[in-house]
Amino acid sequence: MALFGQRRPFSIRRLPGFTMIAITCFVLLYTPIVTLVVYSFNAGKYIAIWEGFSLQWYVAAWNNAAVQDATIRSLVLAALASLFATTLATMAALGTTRVKPFRGLTAIYAMINQPLMVPEIVTAVALLILFAVIKVATGVQGLYYLVAAHTAFCIPFAYLPIRARLEGMDLTLETAAADLYATPWQTFRRVTLPLLFPGILAGAMLAFVISLDDVVITEFVKSAGQETLPTYMLGQLRRVITPEINAISTALLAISIIVVSLFFVITRKPS
Amino acid sequence: MLTETAGSGRVEAEERRKVRRSWLLSAPALTVLFMAASGPLLIVLVYSFLEPAEYGGVVWKFSDEAWFKVVFQRDIFDGTLSFADAHLMILWRSVRIAFLTTLTTLAFGFPTAYFIATRPASDRNIWLFLITIPFWTNLLIRTFAILEVIRNEGIINTGLKLAGIIDQPIQMLYSDFAIMVGMTYVYLPLMVLPLYASMERLDFRLVEAAYDLYASRLAVLRRIIVPLVKPGIVAGSILVFVPALGAYVTPRVLGGGKNMMLGNLIELQFGAGRNWSLGAALSITLLAIVMIVLLFYVRAVQRASEARQ
Amino acid sequence: MMWKLSAGLAGAALLASAGMAQAAGELNLYNWGNYTNPELIKKFEEAHDIKITVTDYDSNSTALAKVKAGGHGFDMVVPSANFVKIFIDEGLAMESRPDQMPNFKNVAEQWRNPPWDPGRHYSVPWQWGTVGMVVDTSVYDGDINTSAIVFDPPESLVGKINVAPEMGDIMGLALMYVGSEPCTTDKDALKKARDALMAAKPKWLSMDYGLVEKMPRGDFAAAAYWNGAAFRARLAKDTIKFGYPKEGYPVWMDSVLILKDAKNVENAKTFMNFVMEPENAALISAFARYANGIDGSEAFMPEDMKTAVEIQVPDAYKDKGVFLPACPKEVNDIYTAIWTELTK
Repeated sequence: MALFGQRRPFSIRRLPGFTMIAITCFVLLYTPIVTLVVYSFNAGKYIAIWEGFSLQWYVAAWNNAAVQDATIRSLVLAALASLFATTLATMAALGTTRVKPFRGLTAIYAMINQPLMVPEIVTAVALLILFAVIKVATGVQGLYYLVAAHTAFCIPFAYLPIRARLEGMDLTLETAAADLYATPWQTFRRVTLPLLFPGILAGAMLAFVISLDDVVITEFVKSAGQETLPTYMLGQLRRVITPEINAISTALLAISIIVVSLFFVITRKPS
Repeated sequence: MLTETAGSGRVEAEERRKVRRSWLLSAPALTVLFMAASGPLLIVLVYSFLEPAEYGGVVWKFSDEAWFKVVFQRDIFDGTLSFADAHLMILWRSVRIAFLTTLTTLAFGFPTAYFIATRPASDRNIWLFLITIPFWTNLLIRTFAILEVIRNEGIINTGLKLAGIIDQPIQMLYSDFAIMVGMTYVYLPLMVLPLYASMERLDFRLVEAAYDLYASRLAVLRRIIVPLVKPGIVAGSILVFVPALGAYVTPRVLGGGKNMMLGNLIELQFGAGRNWSLGAALSITLLAIVMIVLLFYVRAVQRASEARQ
Repeated sequence: MMWKLSAGLAGAALLASAGMAQAAGELNLYNWGNYTNPELIKKFEEAHDIKITVTDYDSNSTALAKVKAGGHGFDMVVPSANFVKIFIDEGLAMESRPDQMPNFKNVAEQWRNPPWDPGRHYSVPWQWGTVGMVVDTSVYDGDINTSAIVFDPPESLVGKINVAPEMGDIMGLALMYVGSEPCTTDKDALKKARDALMAAKPKWLSMDYGLVEKMPRGDFAAAAYWNGAAFRARLAKDTIKFGYPKEGYPVWMDSVLILKDAKNVENAKTFMNFVMEPENAALISAFARYANGIDGSEAFMPEDMKTAVEIQVPDAYKDKGVFLPACPKEVNDIYTAIWTELTK
């Protein structure tokens, strides 16, 4: 990051209207989120009928072991899946960018991006059939299947930003490092990786969010007792969704904001 | 092989080493993908050539009926054959909405990503997190939050009413407009993040040089910035367009479910329709369409960049 | 940074999920989402020292697909009537003979010998209900006991109608509206039903769930929907009324059964007997707001349910209710074709 730190914003960076659109964008992004937070304090029974202020849904969520279980499971799953997917995607991106086209390269692209190209329900049914056979044959249950499935469909989401970053990344620094007798590993660790980092971060964040969002594949792959927050909500969809979900989401938001803020405070380098 | 290497010298050996490195680095990702994504799709391909079973699933008997049904429909009452215009209409609607979603996310996402990329380096990650934080809630709850904004007694209509601008609520929920708003909202980070990743390394000396040569702002945007961040635009567009094509939670909740998208059509076959073979055939069709669109898109982008050089 | 964050989260969560309390036995129930009263679970767990894990599904077809595939780990499932028959026919249900259990005496006469499980050798009533017309009478105050409300709506309701996105229920309703019966093979009747649906669709606003909170909020003014939801909507806004179509209306029942590959069969049987106890059945109803088919449970139900016209079918309309069977494949294919045409 230090490489980019010195640049100060000049007026040449300004494009008319862009800042306004960006600010509008942020406002629009947060409007529904604010509603969601407000309704989590609803005294009423239903998600959208405001009947006054109350903390009852937080109490309800706190006392609901099922919903807590589901939330924790969602987070674990997203953490593991984004960790694996980003690692694999970074390796694959390093392997497939800045190389001369060779036979099979297109096939690799196609395969990496394939999870994007089929509706979830199709992958879901296919995985249901395959994993059921494995589960019956080996008797192994557990979260492995969900982790594998989530990792797989997160890979393209992590891969594309990393690749976009790598493409056209300045080669001179790496060449320079090699010229100064850095080992390939040193070059990678000290030069390539820091340069690549924004792409990796973007990819990891996408993968995390995508995994946290997944309903359909999870619904078909989950075994007994493997409810995640989205599948818990999907089950409610047909009946009625209670503000309990708002309360959970608000709590999650609050926790993530706190964690992220703490992280920034801790890692912020004195410049 | 050995004799060939010896004959063609070191350059070729080096090439081969690089190709092997590419494969080795990609291998772990490809393995996971094969186990948990592409491999199982072979099952779907096989299913599309089998007979659907009475209550979902398939019977192990060859049949091309499903593929026939993708394109043609036999009238349920008089048995006449015609093109499956229901399927085509659903396909067309999905493509149109996915395309418009890509455009709107680009229209909002490009300035936003640019805004973030031009912040001081120490603040950029904070802005980036601000983009993703709303998405730490899940898709369903976000969609419901949007519903709350645009419904008849929602924030917009209530606000307009209080301001005295309208006295009857504007029907926004359950319309194509609602679907577009929802899809744009849901897919925005998929556009912003890749755009940001490629804009962050934008070399502003080039921009400066252009201004020195009296280029207008529009010219700088068109001739310098857009070409430089094109990999990001490509990645973002793919990440938005393709999933949008198969989306069904958002269209269903905000569009009111009166009009199907491709995702809903396929889901119907695997669900209440109990025709897994047709569902499988429709999926493979969708996969093929996406592949073709992507191929053309990538080709066109390449050609455009070659033309410019 | 994401790595550390991720790794930290994963570690914390793994720690949190370890060290759960151990009960003597366990039971895995696979049920509709938001359908199982936590109080019922708690009561059972305390009485029998058996830990129940509830996992949700969102549709009969999802449940069937998963159970059929195998390796799921569930002991019991709660499919709707027509799907109970499919589970039995496909050899997925265990013949657990609930009819020989002590509490079977509490099952109401009309639910003892249902067509989908003759003699109740497999399944036990969970809840039952109807699909009818839900109308906000402040918008339209005419006759609501007719499915013309959605198929040939009065002027004041045009553009304000919601229809449940349930192929089986709505096709059944349409077939009865044109004077036929659900799952008919009569092509003329199917054609009439299709024409009625196609003609009505432009007058609808949506085909969506969530009536309980949407109707009181004025998102739509009439609907073809389930009775329990109509009841809850009325509690939120008292001009909302439920009508039983005189042309005939679908009746459904969800029943709980034990799966053939269940691991905790004895515990599952204990649970079956447990839910046939009137007091416990009343707990089910108090939560999800539908009737349950167990005699004597009314006494334990919340006060507002005892008199609810949505739950207690008035005598005049009792014989208009029709059970939806599982349609044969060729009829279901026509259903799907019509449904695709309707929503294209």
